Amino acid sequence: MSDATLKIFRGTREIGATVDYRVPIAPGMVVLDALHYVQSHLAPDLAVRWNCKAGKCGSCSAEVNGRPRLTCKTRMDTFPQDKPITILPMKSFPVIKDLVTDVSWNYKVNKKIPPFQPRAGVEWRMYQEDIDRVQEFRKCIECFLCQNVCHVLRDHDKQEQFGGPRFFVRVAGLEMHPLDGLQRTGLLKTELGIGLCNITKCCTEVCPEDIHITDNAIIPLKERVVDDFYDPLLGLVRKIRNAKEPAK
Amino acid sequence: MNGKYETHEHDVLVIGAGGAGLRAAIEALAQGASVGVVCKSLLGKAHTVMAEGGIAAAMANVDEADDWRAHFRDTIRGGKFLNNWRMAQIHAQESSERVRELEQWGALFDRTKDGRILQRAFGGHTFKRLCHVGDRTGLEMIRTLQDRGVQMGFDVYMECAITRLLKDGDRLAGAFGYWRENGRFVVFKAKSVVLATGGIGKAWPITSNSWEYTGDGMALAYDAGAELMDMEFVQFHPTGMVWPPGVQGILVTEAVRGEGGILRNKTGERFMERYDPKRMELSTRDVVARAIYTEVREGRGTEHGGAYLDISQKPAEYVKRKLPSMYHQFLELADVDITKGPMEVGPTCHYMMGGVKVEADTAASTVPGLFAAGEVAAGLHGANRLGGNSLSDLLVFGRRAGLVAAQHAKATVAPSLDPGQIDSAERAMLAPFERKEGESPYALHSDLQENMQKLVGIFRTEEDLRQALTKIEELKERSQRMSVSGSRMFNPGWHLGRDLESMLTVVEAVTRSALARQESRGAHSRIDYPDLDLSWGKQNNVIARKNERMELRQVPIPDMPEDLQVLLTEEKGSAA
Ligand SMILES: Cc1cc2nc3c(=O)[nH]c(=O)nc-3n(C[C@H](O)[C@H](O)[C@H](O)COP(=O)(O)OP(=O)(O)OC[C@H]3O[C@@H](n4cnc5c(N)ncnc54)[C@H](O)[C@@H]3O)c2cc1C
Ligand code: SF4
Ligand code: SF4
Ligand code: FES
Repeated sequence: MSDATLKIFRGTREIGATVDYRVPIAPGMVVLDALHYVQSHLAPDLAVRWNCKAGKCGSCSAEVNGRPRLTCKTRMDTFPQDKPITILPMKSFPVIKDLVTDVSWNYKVNKKIPPFQPRAGVEWRMYQEDIDRVQEFRKCIECFLCQNVCHVLRDHDKQEQFGGPRFFVRVAGLEMHPLDGLQRTGLLKTELGIGLCNITKCCTEVCPEDIHITDNAIIPLKERVVDDFYDPLLGLVRKIRNAKEPAK
Repeated sequence: MNGKYETHEHDVLVIGAGGAGLRAAIEALAQGASVGVVCKSLLGKAHTVMAEGGIAAAMANVDEADDWRAHFRDTIRGGKFLNNWRMAQIHAQESSERVRELEQWGALFDRTKDGRILQRAFGGHTFKRLCHVGDRTGLEMIRTLQDRGVQMGFDVYMECAITRLLKDGDRLAGAFGYWRENGRFVVFKAKSVVLATGGIGKAWPITSNSWEYTGDGMALAYDAGAELMDMEFVQFHPTGMVWPPGVQGILVTEAVRGEGGILRNKTGERFMERYDPKRMELSTRDVVARAIYTEVREGRGTEHGGAYLDISQKPAEYVKRKLPSMYHQFLELADVDITKGPMEVGPTCHYMMGGVKVEADTAASTVPGLFAAGEVAAGLHGANRLGGNSLSDLLVFGRRAGLVAAQHAKATVAPSLDPGQIDSAERAMLAPFERKEGESPYALHSDLQENMQKLVGIFRTEEDLRQALTKIEELKERSQRMSVSGSRMFNPGWHLGRDLESMLTVVEAVTRSALARQESRGAHSRIDYPDLDLSWGKQNNVIARKNERMELRQVPIPDMPEDLQVLLTEEKGSAA
């Protein structure tokens, strides 16, 4: 069996560098398997997050050879064997240790979003065709890879003004829920700063759940914001049709 | 109390943020209690997120003949009559309401043509009963509960692991733990504690479970003086991935069979005809797991030691829509397109039927102030759990645990914490750093897993089980000499060292119970006692700590009231 070389970031926010590890390759092995090998044989204190090992929990995000990925779904045989594979923590979040980053900011943003609130007196009937598009948004596993690549956060550090693609996806899921009665366009415009997104689509490219973040979530939400704030008449029409009340 | 430790105080402390913990927390909040939720991973990453196939509730949206009585009967039959009948009754009666509640909190289940929640067939369920969202039901459930709980305002302590329950005399007083991030210690003071920590799958090498499943809750409860029950019943799910090696054990949802998947051996024979001609692929998990295992052992296994599971006779679009994550999982991890050819599958350690012994109506353990719900608790599933009955269990008994924990908190005064217990918990955590040149926790873990796979697996014998106990004693001694390197900052080696202690307690309980039960029933198959034994069908194995030793006794199952017995008679003959 052949070996691969992993260059793994070791260290903290203050100090750190990549360290080389040799790992034997088994058929079908994924990057997370290689990291586990390093933990159990070479560096027992290597900090890595993971849970499901099946692309369902969104814990194991990292940057592998410069690409943000779920390490549990990244096969080792997609890389040339004779070159080292570099594994770095997500860049947009402060490093805690090794590959583990501080993603608590996301939980704070999430808290600002008013949850589902059914319209008064709704009948609990929904049709599959009406919820298909919402179910797409609800596939999100909160891997935060989209947050990690979005230049508004990654290069411009606008954490205070901008919610990021993950939370546009969440708001889209609520706004387009057939029975929801709240309106969150004010929140989108101000606190979540949706206007800062210039539709580069980098978020969509990295989403492991293949959510069409830009086309299906962000653009329709931007349109709603425009309707409600710049074309009040159109906004009104939609409001009457959907009977939405503004979020507090 | 010395001011040495960061301390938080709540009426109700919930340990675990899966479905059971979150549902408990929501209910306790609704009662006006102050609630803290502690979890080892980030919020939203608990095991519940991985659940695929669905949640069982007799809503009768698809099969009109279904009702709670049928769900009750199926659950007891599946559990081979060892279930706590009262739990099975409450579960069957309340699960539909709990599912509806999820919908009202924003969950979006797949729909029937007339706009109601769609239900699918699953093993052991007489009717189409599993409410689902494709094959990502758990994600929908955990996100719905998480968003609701956050909005209602519980305090979440993420990436924080509890290592000791603290007591004030006989009653529970709180918990001691460490922050994974920086290794600092933290103390929680609470009038009620709800355990919702899940199972123990990581004690076996081939498992669908994550690193979190090290039996912490069961060991914590045992150490605090609570009783454990039915520990011999470990569920091996019949269909885990077998190839390539790195993915071995990852779950292939039962929904594949629910949607019409067919099992074949290497000769192409649909072998379930020989094991359960009536229910075939949709037989209960214990039966299907033993069937696959037997096919492989007798030389009819596939290339990589499993069976073929084939759904490719269904239209490709249908498979992609109903089983999207299975489609991607096989395509990306195993280079298999399941719309074109069969998957290779084999048994994987999946679920713990046993756990903390609780009162059916209140989820109370035998220690005042300590409650347990979800996979960590015992009773509902008896000797074998039906698919889909866990997610409903989490909601039904999570809610009850939260409710009673909040009521209990209202009715009692604040406990006091004992600095001696806290200091001893701290010393235990620091010990492996002080030992030098000891064994690595990873080596011990891998020996423990090998031991369990070889000696306490699907088929068991007295000789194997005795050998396993000797091994466990050795491993316990070795763990006293284990050492860890590095600092206290996010150090998985150190964390595993502590998790090992929980695993060692729990596997001892599993092995002792398995040795005692001289019969085969549900998930417990003894080669030396291959038949059901009527007298064993009337008692549960219960384990408790007596004078620092593990003591096992048999406790009779309470008599089932006649009105419930009537519901079973019709089918009783086929219990085996
Ligand atoms: C792949 C897979 C698919 C499944 N599919 C289904 C299905 O379709 N239908 C079904 O009904 N069941 C299914 N199950 C079973 C079901 O998902 C689980 O039994 C259930 O989710 C367990 O929920 P829980 O709330 O008890 O625990 P979990 O969701 O596992 O949560 C446990 C929590 O406890 C925390 N914890 C543990 N120890 C500590 C500690 N020491 N300190 C602090 N916190 C701690 C963890 O961090 C976690 O937050 C599936 C299981 C798996 C593995
Ligand atoms: S499309 Fe918008 S949200 Fe997505 S990466 Fe580009 S700027 Fe960020
Ligand atoms: S939207 Fe996609 S990339 Fe972003 S957090 Fe969710 S799953 Fe990850
Ligand atoms: S470990 Fe869950 S997504 Fe990778």
